Amino acid sequence: MGSSSSSRNKIPNAQELMRQTGFSSAHLLRLHDRFESLDRDNRGYLSPDDFEALGGLAMNPIGGRIIEAFFSSGQDTVDFSSFVRILAHFRPTDRNRNKEGTQQELPSSRTRKLKFAFQLYDLDRDGKISREELLQVLRAMLGLQVTEEQLQSIAERAIQEADLDKDDAISFDEFKKSLEKMDIDTKMSVSFLK
Amino acid sequence: MLRCGYALFWLLGSVLLICVVSPVKGEAVVTREGSHLKLSESSHSNESQHGHSSNITGIPIISFKWHHVETPYLVAFWVLVSFLGKLVIEANHHVTSVIPESALLICFGFILGGMIWAADKVQTFRLTPTVFFFYLLPQVILDAGYHMPNKLFFTNLGGILVHAVIGTCWNAASLGLSLWGCQMGGAMGDLDIGLLQYLLFGSLMAAVDPVAVIAVFEQVHVNDVLFIMVFGESLLNDGVTVVLFNVFDAFVSLGGPKIDAAEIIKGIVSFFVVAFGGSLVGLVFGLLISLLTRCTKNIQIIEPGFIFVLGYLSYLTAEMLSLSAILSIVFCGMCCQKYINANMDENSVQTVRYAMKAFANGSETIIFVFLGISAIDKVIWVWNTGFILLTLLFVLVYRFIGVFFLTWILNRYRLVPLEFVDQVIMSYGGLRGAVAYGLAVMLDENKIKEKNLMVCTTLIVVYFTVILQGITMKPLVMWLKVKRAAVTEVSLLEKLTNKMFNHTLVAIEDISGQIGHNYMRSKWKYFEENWMSWILMKPSARKKQDQVFDVFHQLNLKDAMEYVTEGERRGSLEFVRNENSIIDFKKKSESESFDINNANMSNDHGAMSTTSRDPIPSVSLEMHEQIMKAVREAEAINAHHLLDQHLYKSRKQHRHRFSRSHFDINRDEKEVQEIFQRTMRNRLKSFTSAKMGVKPPKTIVKHTQKEQQQKMPNGKSMDKAKTSYSGDEGSEGDSASGYDQSYMRATYRAGAGIENPAFMPDLDPMDLLQIPPWLGESELDSSMVALSHRAQVDLPRTPSNLRRLAPLRISTRSTDSFTLENIPDTQQMDSDQLQPPPPPPRPPRDDGYV
Repeated sequence: MGSSSSSRNKIPNAQELMRQTGFSSAHLLRLHDRFESLDRDNRGYLSPDDFEALGGLAMNPIGGRIIEAFFSSGQDTVDFSSFVRILAHFRPTDRNRNKEGTQQELPSSRTRKLKFAFQLYDLDRDGKISREELLQVLRAMLGLQVTEEQLQSIAERAIQEADLDKDDAISFDEFKKSLEKMDIDTKMSVSFLK
Repeated sequence: MLRCGYALFWLLGSVLLICVVSPVKGEAVVTREGSHLKLSESSHSNESQHGHSSNITGIPIISFKWHHVETPYLVAFWVLVSFLGKLVIEANHHVTSVIPESALLICFGFILGGMIWAADKVQTFRLTPTVFFFYLLPQVILDAGYHMPNKLFFTNLGGILVHAVIGTCWNAASLGLSLWGCQMGGAMGDLDIGLLQYLLFGSLMAAVDPVAVIAVFEQVHVNDVLFIMVFGESLLNDGVTVVLFNVFDAFVSLGGPKIDAAEIIKGIVSFFVVAFGGSLVGLVFGLLISLLTRCTKNIQIIEPGFIFVLGYLSYLTAEMLSLSAILSIVFCGMCCQKYINANMDENSVQTVRYAMKAFANGSETIIFVFLGISAIDKVIWVWNTGFILLTLLFVLVYRFIGVFFLTWILNRYRLVPLEFVDQVIMSYGGLRGAVAYGLAVMLDENKIKEKNLMVCTTLIVVYFTVILQGITMKPLVMWLKVKRAAVTEVSLLEKLTNKMFNHTLVAIEDISGQIGHNYMRSKWKYFEENWMSWILMKPSARKKQDQVFDVFHQLNLKDAMEYVTEGERRGSLEFVRNENSIIDFKKKSESESFDINNANMSNDHGAMSTTSRDPIPSVSLEMHEQIMKAVREAEAINAHHLLDQHLYKSRKQHRHRFSRSHFDINRDEKEVQEIFQRTMRNRLKSFTSAKMGVKPPKTIVKHTQKEQQQKMPNGKSMDKAKTSYSGDEGSEGDSASGYDQSYMRATYRAGAGIENPAFMPDLDPMDLLQIPPWLGESELDSSMVALSHRAQVDLPRTPSNLRRLAPLRISTRSTDSFTLENIPDTQQMDSDQLQPPPPPPRPPRDDGYV
């Protein structure tokens, strides 16, 4: 099934997707193959279970969050175009394209990448990373290496660092500002095979 | 040899005493030396006969034995001269910011060389390949390997390898062939150089030199990726250079007609063997170092030695097996860095870092100085305009062509392509250095007639690249607006997000179904954490490897330093005694008390967030500052007096002072035990006396608490403060027993600075007695009831705050006891928090009462 889908016609509104995401048609085809192989029941959409079936994700400390990022709030399915749009965040930033001032910002732009990362922290989607949310991330990633107290003071300190308006939480602007110097482009990009 | 020595002394005279350089004939050196150095004629005649003094009539009181010490003396002296040169050069930052240090050192070498030449009329000192490859180079390379940013390196390994292998081959081949072509075309007159010799020359000129690259790029601060591309290439191309050089050297010896396909294939095979074999030797030694440092718990002082010795051995072993020595020592350093840093004691790590830098810097200095000195030698200067200029031109042009072509290919596969300006800098950064010179000197004059021309050309290329390109590098980087390395402050959020990105990328690669770079890295990391670390790291070191926590620790350390500096700048640490710090306490304790499952947390949270916050984020310092404060308040003189009188005098204090293996002084188990026992005895006595109302016998502690309270101007309030402290308004006996508990804990926590804490409490009664000023006056003015509040509000929290920062824990006396005793109190005291901020807290004193 996966191998037969090598014609672009099978992908719904491929042109539109390419324009929105910046993926080439070769990329799209590959991702479509992948999508279909993930979609074991051939339903045309993916559910969280499909993601969880991936061995690597189960091992990943923040695997659950990433799966969550694929499902916009309230829905428990993701179709191909949303799937691609999420993955498009991880394309390397296209320098030339942004300079042309195209109609809209591609998902691979710096801000969009950051936004994506921000949402991985921001579980309740209130636009702020609260101390508790930060703690949860810390707990997931540092695991047992550090004591709970240390985790808490790390979270405390991280918030203090970034928190400019002293509301004890990190807003997106603050988040963006504190990561100003970071080379997001390298660190938040995957080289998609063609 | 003798003359070397004299020239050297002369140098000493001229450099240090700033004598006028006056060329004197070589024969005259001896006498001149005599006048300079005030040597007696007899000693000259003695040593001129190599110490076999034939005409000694009696026992000489002193004798001058230059030959006895000549070699080490020369070495040490040259090191000294080079360092002095560096000192002078570095004295002026305006110069070094324009002209790179390496260029200045070479010029300094020119001057020194000129002096020697003037003295001897022959160049007695030059950089010999043996000295360079065996004693100078390994240190620089080991340092490079040990401080290599591993992640960056492996991320760009593909690109680095392409440039190092293909790029170097390209440089060698193109240079050799072009020069040969030019000679065929008649561009450089009559030279006796065949094609193979040209290729040999090309191969020695091909390699970008790590020493020169580090020296120049270190001062330019280009972005990480660019740096690692140039630097990594310069390190890894050694394998290629060695092979190419050896192969062509062999070909030259064989002679053209005897070379057949089999030989060429052997050459190619030997490349892989040399490169991979060298790396493998390095890895093995790296693992060996890691394993050894794992077992040095009892003799930590020799830890740093292992790294240097084994690193050097890996170099020599690879050299012995005719593998790539540079690759070997690079990989040795890269492989062991993580494990040894985790295994070794903090002090050893610092020692290694500094020593490594000191050695590398020293070697580098000497290398450049001697590169300069070597130039002043009439023998090697064989001028052939065509050959030299064409070489320069080809070296530069082919470097550009090679880099641009290879990067163009690489960019099709790179996640973030290298930009045009980066490529320009990469090409321009292709500096040649001492490795090329060392190889050129190693050429066999019998086989290659024009050896001197080659050496001379190599030197010119080296000077051209290091001096001219080195000087213009910085302006070029500015002018092209090359992305510079960001001066980043360590930030927790950044580090955390970074870590999250890593996980995210792995997940995305999982989802999009490709086995990419991140996937491999996560697999490696898994393997590394589960196997390598387990074998190579101390069990205790394994826990603390998380980066986020490291950053946290570093930040806290930094705060602590700033804090103390700031305090000292203001003359005292008083400035922290403001309301903010108190509020901060509350808030922190609040944040501490919440639990994961606590659903109400977000509400509390919002409420708390309205309170103003202390800009000083450090947590543990509060404890420290209070101790400091108390000390200051308590009239330092009296305190010192008391301490002198009553502190436990460690009998074995000096025991280890001359030990070569331990720095610590008071680690003796018995002593700790003794302190503990004595303390306990005292406690017991005070306990019984409190219970029975009996005056205790006169011991070290002359005044019990009972006594102390009676003699106090107004005994009751202090009493109150104390009793409320232990959460128990009962008799002193009870509180005293409470203390006993705490002391047991404090002492059993054997480890950091026990000796004083255990004994401190005995001082406090004395304090109270002898120092009425701060007790009677200042305290009486403020309300005594408030004191108890303060004690309750502030103190109980410090210990828990402090505990977060285990590494910073100074000898926090009875910290633990507070935690134990008072944590229950904290809850009920919360109501107190809302009252107006009390006057400055003085917890340490309360602490003393306990």
